[in-house]
Order: sequence, then structure tokens, then C-alpha cells
Amino acid sequence: MSKYLILIYQDEAVARQADGESISASYQEFQQRRGSSLLGGAALHPSSTATSLRRDGSGGFTVTDGPFVESKETLGGYYMIEAADLDEALEIAREVPAGVGVEVWPVRVAN
Amino acid sequence: MPQAASAEVAAAVADAHRREWAFVLAATVRVAEDIDAAEEAVQDAYAKALATWGGNGIPQNPGAWLTVTARRRALDLRRRAATAERALPKLLVPGESGGAEETGSDEGGIPDDRLRLIFTCCHPALAFEARVALTLRLLCGLSTAEVARAFLVPEATMAARITRVKKKIAAANIPYRVPAASELDERLDGVLAVVYLVYTTGHTSPSGADLMRRDLAERGLELARMLHVLLPGNTDVAGLLALVLLTEARTGARLDGHRDIVLLENQDRSKWDRQAIEEGLALLREALAARPPGRFALMAAIAAVHDESGSWADTDWDEILGLYHLLMERWPSPVVRLNRAIALGFAAGPAEGLAELDALGAEPQLARYPYLAAARGDFLVRLGRAGEAQVAFGEALILAGNEVEQQFLRSRLAGLAKGLPGQR
Repeated sequence: MSKYLILIYQDEAVARQADGESISASYQEFQQRRGSSLLGGAALHPSSTATSLRRDGSGGFTVTDGPFVESKETLGGYYMIEAADLDEALEIAREVPAGVGVEVWPVRVAN
Repeated sequence: MPQAASAEVAAAVADAHRREWAFVLAATVRVAEDIDAAEEAVQDAYAKALATWGGNGIPQNPGAWLTVTARRRALDLRRRAATAERALPKLLVPGESGGAEETGSDEGGIPDDRLRLIFTCCHPALAFEARVALTLRLLCGLSTAEVARAFLVPEATMAARITRVKKKIAAANIPYRVPAASELDERLDGVLAVVYLVYTTGHTSPSGADLMRRDLAERGLELARMLHVLLPGNTDVAGLLALVLLTEARTGARLDGHRDIVLLENQDRSKWDRQAIEEGLALLREALAARPPGRFALMAAIAAVHDESGSWADTDWDEILGLYHLLMERWPSPVVRLNRAIALGFAAGPAEGLAELDALGAEPQLARYPYLAAARGDFLVRLGRAGEAQVAFGEALILAGNEVEQQFLRSRLAGLAKGLPGQR
């Protein structure tokens, strides 16, 4: 079995609207159906509430409002899943009711 | 086994490399559970064949000998990695295939894993250019330098590309498996696209000094043949193999004695390969059994109309135009529309063809496509509008990357400058 991180992207405008709402029925249904593969996950506040800390090269950080990359698609949440292989991970990822889409990242295993 | 002369051994090993590479590697990957280790083991097996077949004789079944030798070597490599406690990322080899039947074992009881290998190489999670490179490397046994030459990129660039894609297969855990029946058609489309690109890149090289890259065209044909053996009865595969054969049949007539392009219109049809045409037509009938017919079957049917026509004048353009209409429904792309416009020009007259071509001028996908400007130039010549034809051929010349095509366009421009509008 391998672990994968599913990053859920949605439209920034939709994300702002949904801020503070409880988890939608479609996500609840997904979590019930795929419960045995889910290791964890969370929904995020809109990107306007995020804070970036970028290393300034002299031991400190530059603190900025917002994520590293500003875009119309914003990270809305994530799941950590366990799957037999990428094909199964992609099958699960397809079922996430994401507004824009998802990215599937394999998680590194420490040797 | 009797001893064999070194030239005979070299020829037998070269032949086995060409014929058996994919089978031997595919069977070894299963044991090695790692693509790099399997490649190393297979290379060692071929080296051992070269060194020992002279003294021991050439085995009855070279493929089985190479597979057994390579698998033994792969097990050695695994054991050594284990004792060195080098944690190799393991390629996941699921026990059973999801859908399509594995094609039995024609090499002394060893399962034929070539379908697994090609579906892994052409996995949709891999970048398209990486799938093509990996297929040439692993299925066709081309060296990294040869793959780099095929796509006119530096060897270091290609080496990095291949390393990156192998890393992704291991890190993302892309399985070594034939897809389940429910996804087979969709996944097969991706495989056929790779094979078709290999063939078309060889048929007309997008750049460079040669019109054709015969090595690539032959590899494309071999891959299509291999798929047809592995997935008998699949109409999409039959359609692709038919298309390749019916196109390939005209190869001998495409260049004249000066290595200049001869247009279909002027080709010596007695130089066409009748045997390839017959084989292609039989496959086409098989492919057209599917309803609705697939993209490659329709393209093959169009090629077949030309192949079966006794002369340019006898060409059934209405039939070709009808097939392009069907192809547009199945595969609506700007390139298909361009080809349909050309067919319309021959079926209904150059003015109609030109009007349709002009309507494609705004198509962004064709903005850098030399064949749109070249086709416009040709219809303009037929309409006696030499000045505009010159502009069109000039544009095509700027866009053409292949030197033989550039030469062809220059000669048409020279003909127009001399006031010979009909010359081609």
C-alpha cells in the first residue's frame, strides 16, 4: 500500500462564499463511501486567511499575507489516503467532489 | 548444440534483439520488480549471448534462453541489493491482470508480459513525450542515444527525461498491470496514440535533413503488429495496423532519383507494395466491423481508397470526402478539417476547397502548420492565381521544418517565378 495526498482545488470566489459553512452533503457521502481508504483530511479557510513565511536567506523569514502562489484556483482542503497503487488512488481522487479538480501526490516513505 | 561462427552469432544476437527485446524485458521486469534492474539484467543476458553462443551454439529458442538468463541475473541483482541493504523502490506487480487476457506463454512456459509493459509505459499519468520515449526505450530496445536522435534532442536531455519518468513510475507506484476491462478501451487509446506518433514521426520527420526516418517508421509498424498479436480481435488495434500498412505501402514511390518529393498525384503506382496493401485491406475489413468505426479505421479507409485507385484521375474523391465527414464526427480536429477541405477541393473544385481552407486560417492549432499554406498555394495555382500562390508557398516554406519539404516548396516557387503555374 502507498500513501497519497489529494489536494483539493476550488474556485477562490466559491471558497469565500462557502467559508464557515459546514461540510457539504457530497463530501460527507464521499467520506462514507471511501472511509476505509482515508487516513485524514480537512477543509481549509479561504486563501486570503493564509500566511506565507519565505526564507530570506539570512536566517529569518519574510512574512506575507496569502499563499505563495495567488491564482484563481485555490487549495480548499486535502485528504491523506492509502491505496494499492496510483490507479486506485486516481479512482478515489475522481470521486472527490472538488469544484475545480484535485492533485494526487505520492507521499515519500522514510527509509 | 554445434559451434557457430562469430558473424553468425552476431547476426543471431542482433536478430534476437530486434525480435525478442520486449518479451525478454517484460518477463524480467516481473522478477526484478524494478525497471532499471531489469534493463541491466537484459543487457547482461544479450552480452552473455554474444560471448557464449559461439562456443555452445545458438540455442533453438533464443528468446527463451535470453529470458531465463536475464531473469536469473535479475534475481542475482536483487539478492545483492538486499545484502547491501539498498532499499530499491519496488515496482508493483499485481498477481493477476485486471481485464484483458494475458496472451499465454509462447516462450517455454514464461508468461507474455509485453502488454503490462506497454500499458505501464503509456500510463496516462505520464507526460505524452515521456510515454513515447519510454516506449521506444523499453518496448523497442532503442538506446537513450537513439531515442534522443529520433526526436532531435541532446542525449543528456533525453537521459534526464527517461530518468524522470522512471522515478515517477516508482514514486507514484504506477502498477505493472494490464488495465481492467472497464478501462481498457480508454487506456488503449493512449497506447495507440503513442504508436501512431512513433509511426508518423518516421513517415514524415517534422524537422531535419531527411523526409522520412525509416528506423522510426519501422518501429511504429512493429509496435502496431505487436499490439495486434497481443490483442487479437480488437478493432481499434486492427484499424491502426491497417492504417500504418496502407500508408507504408506507398513509401517506395514518395521520393524520386534525386531524393525529391513526388506528390501522390505523380507517383509511380507500380512501385507501391501490393502485399502490404492486401494485408492492410484485410485488416481494414476487420476494423470496420466495429460500429461506429473508430478513428484509425476511418483513416485507413481513406488511405485504402488511394491504394486501390489505378491512377490519380480515377481517385474516388466523393468516397474520400464522405469518409472525412465521418472522421470529423468521430475525431473533430483542425487537421482533419484541413484534410477534408483538400478532399473537397478535388471532389467539388479548387474554389470550394480554397474557401474551406481560408475558413481555417484563424484556427490557432494550424497557425504554425505548413500544410495549410501549402494546400492553399496548390489550389491557388490550380485557379491560375500565381501571385497569391507565391505568397502561400512562401509562408509554407517559412513554417516547414523538414529540409526535403523545404526543397519541394522552393522548386514550386521557382516554377511560379518562371511563369509555369502548372509545374509541380
